[in-house]
Amino acid sequence: MENRTDKNSYTIIFAIAMVLVVGSLLAFLASSLKPRISENQRLEKQQNILYAMGINDNDETSAVFISTDKAPEAFNANVDDQIVITIDANGKVLKKQTRDEYFEETKQEPYLIDVKKQQASAKNGGERKLPLFVGKNKEGKTVYVAPIYGKGLWDAIWGYVAMDENMVVQGAYFDHKGETPGLGANIKQRYFMDDFYGEHLLTENGAFKGITVAKGNADPKNKDKTDNEVDAIAGATITGDGVSAMIKSDLKLYKPYFDNLKTK
Amino acid sequence: MGLLSKKDTKLITDPLADNNPITIQVLGICSALAITAELEASIVMSISVLFVMGVGNVVISLMRNIIPSKIRIIAQLIVVATLVIIVDLVLKAFAYELSKTLSVFVGLIITNCIIMGRFEAFALGNGPWRSFLDGIGNALGYAVILVIVGFFRELLGSGTLLGIPVLGDPIEKTGLYSIGYENNGFMLLSPMALIVVGIIIWVQRSRNKALIED
Repeated sequence: MENRTDKNSYTIIFAIAMVLVVGSLLAFLASSLKPRISENQRLEKQQNILYAMGINDNDETSAVFISTDKAPEAFNANVDDQIVITIDANGKVLKKQTRDEYFEETKQEPYLIDVKKQQASAKNGGERKLPLFVGKNKEGKTVYVAPIYGKGLWDAIWGYVAMDENMVVQGAYFDHKGETPGLGANIKQRYFMDDFYGEHLLTENGAFKGITVAKGNADPKNKDKTDNEVDAIAGATITGDGVSAMIKSDLKLYKPYFDNLKTK
Repeated sequence: MGLLSKKDTKLITDPLADNNPITIQVLGICSALAITAELEASIVMSISVLFVMGVGNVVISLMRNIIPSKIRIIAQLIVVATLVIIVDLVLKAFAYELSKTLSVFVGLIITNCIIMGRFEAFALGNGPWRSFLDGIGNALGYAVILVIVGFFRELLGSGTLLGIPVLGDPIEKTGLYSIGYENNGFMLLSPMALIVVGIIIWVQRSRNKALIED
C-alpha cells in the first residue's frame, strides 16, 4: 500500500483525478443553481432599494427587509421611475433616460446596473451610467435613491442612499461582502444606518460635502444633522472610512441632477 | 453509554478542557481573535466549524488510504474548500438570508488551522467513526473558548449580549451607566481577545499543573 501511493505517477494521476472530480462537481453545482441564485440577488436589490426608501419590515431594533414575495409588487408600486444618467469621464452629462427609454435601448432594468462595472468604465476614460430611483416613501414624500459602491477593510462594501430634493438623507442601506463580524460588519446594523437619516450631504452654502463616518464625534446621539458627520463604529475605522469615501465619490456625481431639479 | 466506548468518549471530552485546540494546542487563534467581538458571531462560527470538522474529518478518513503523502496537505485543503463552497452555494440558492450571514465566515473556515490540524493529526490515521468524534470534540472545544471570549468581549466592550443591552443605555445613562460605568472600547479590538485567551490559559494551567510544560 505504502509503495503504491508513494510513486510519482500515482501522485500525478491522483492530483489530476481529484482536480477533475472536484472541478466538475463544483461547476455542475454552480451552473445548475445559478438561476435560483441570480433570482435571489435580483430580489435582494429590490429589497435594498425599498429599504433605503423606508419601505421595510423593521422591528424595534433590527433591520428586516420586506419579504421576498412582496418585494416585486412593492417595488412596482413605490418606485415611480428609474432614471439613468450617462456621464463621460469628465462628469459631463451626455444623456438622461427614463426607465422605459433605457429598457428599450438595452433590454435591462436600470436597477440591475452593476455600479462596480460602471466605476471601472469611468476609470478607463469611458462612460458611466448613474441609476437613480425615484419614488414615494412611507410618508408620501418623493425620494431619490442612488446606489454607491466602494471598498472596506477586506472586500467590497456597497449601499443605497435615499435623498430628498435638497440632498438630505431620507434613509440608507449598507451591505458588505466580508467585513469582520462584530466590527466592520455592523455597518448593516440599524444603529449605524439609522444615524444617516436626516443628515445633510450639502454644506449650508449648497456645496457638496458628503457625510463622514467620524471617530471622536462630539455628537454621539447624532442630534446635529448639518455637521456632515455620523458616529463611527468602534474597531471599524477602515470600514467606516470606506463608507465615507463611497458616499463622497459616488453621490457627488448626482449633484448636477439635483441642481437641475431646483431650477425647474 | 452503549454507543460510545470509553476511548471514544475521551475523543469528545478531551478537547473540551485538557487538550483544548485553542488553549493547549494553540490552533485557530486567528479566527478566535477576529470574530469574537460579539457573542452571536462566535456562536455562528462555532456551528459552522462544527459542521465542517465533522464532515471533513470523515471524508479525509475515508480517503486516507488513497491520498498520496506527498500532496496530502493540498488534498486536505481541496476537501475543506470544496465542502465550504458547496454549502455556500446551496445556501445561496435555498436560504439566501442565512447565506448572507454566513458568507463572511467562509474564508475564515477554510483557513482555520484547527481543521487542517485535525485532518493531518487524526483523520489521516484513524477510521471514519473515530475521526467524526474527534472532529466534533475539537469543534466543541473551539466553540467553548469562542463563546467565553465572545461573552466577555461583548459584555465589557458594548454592554450587550447577543445584541440585547444588559447593562443599561450608555447614551441615556441608565442602569449601570448612571453610576459612572463606561464601556471599555478596547475590548472590541483584537488585542483584548488575545489577552482574554491568555487569561483562560492562565486559569486553566493554574488549576491543572500537569498542563504546564517545562
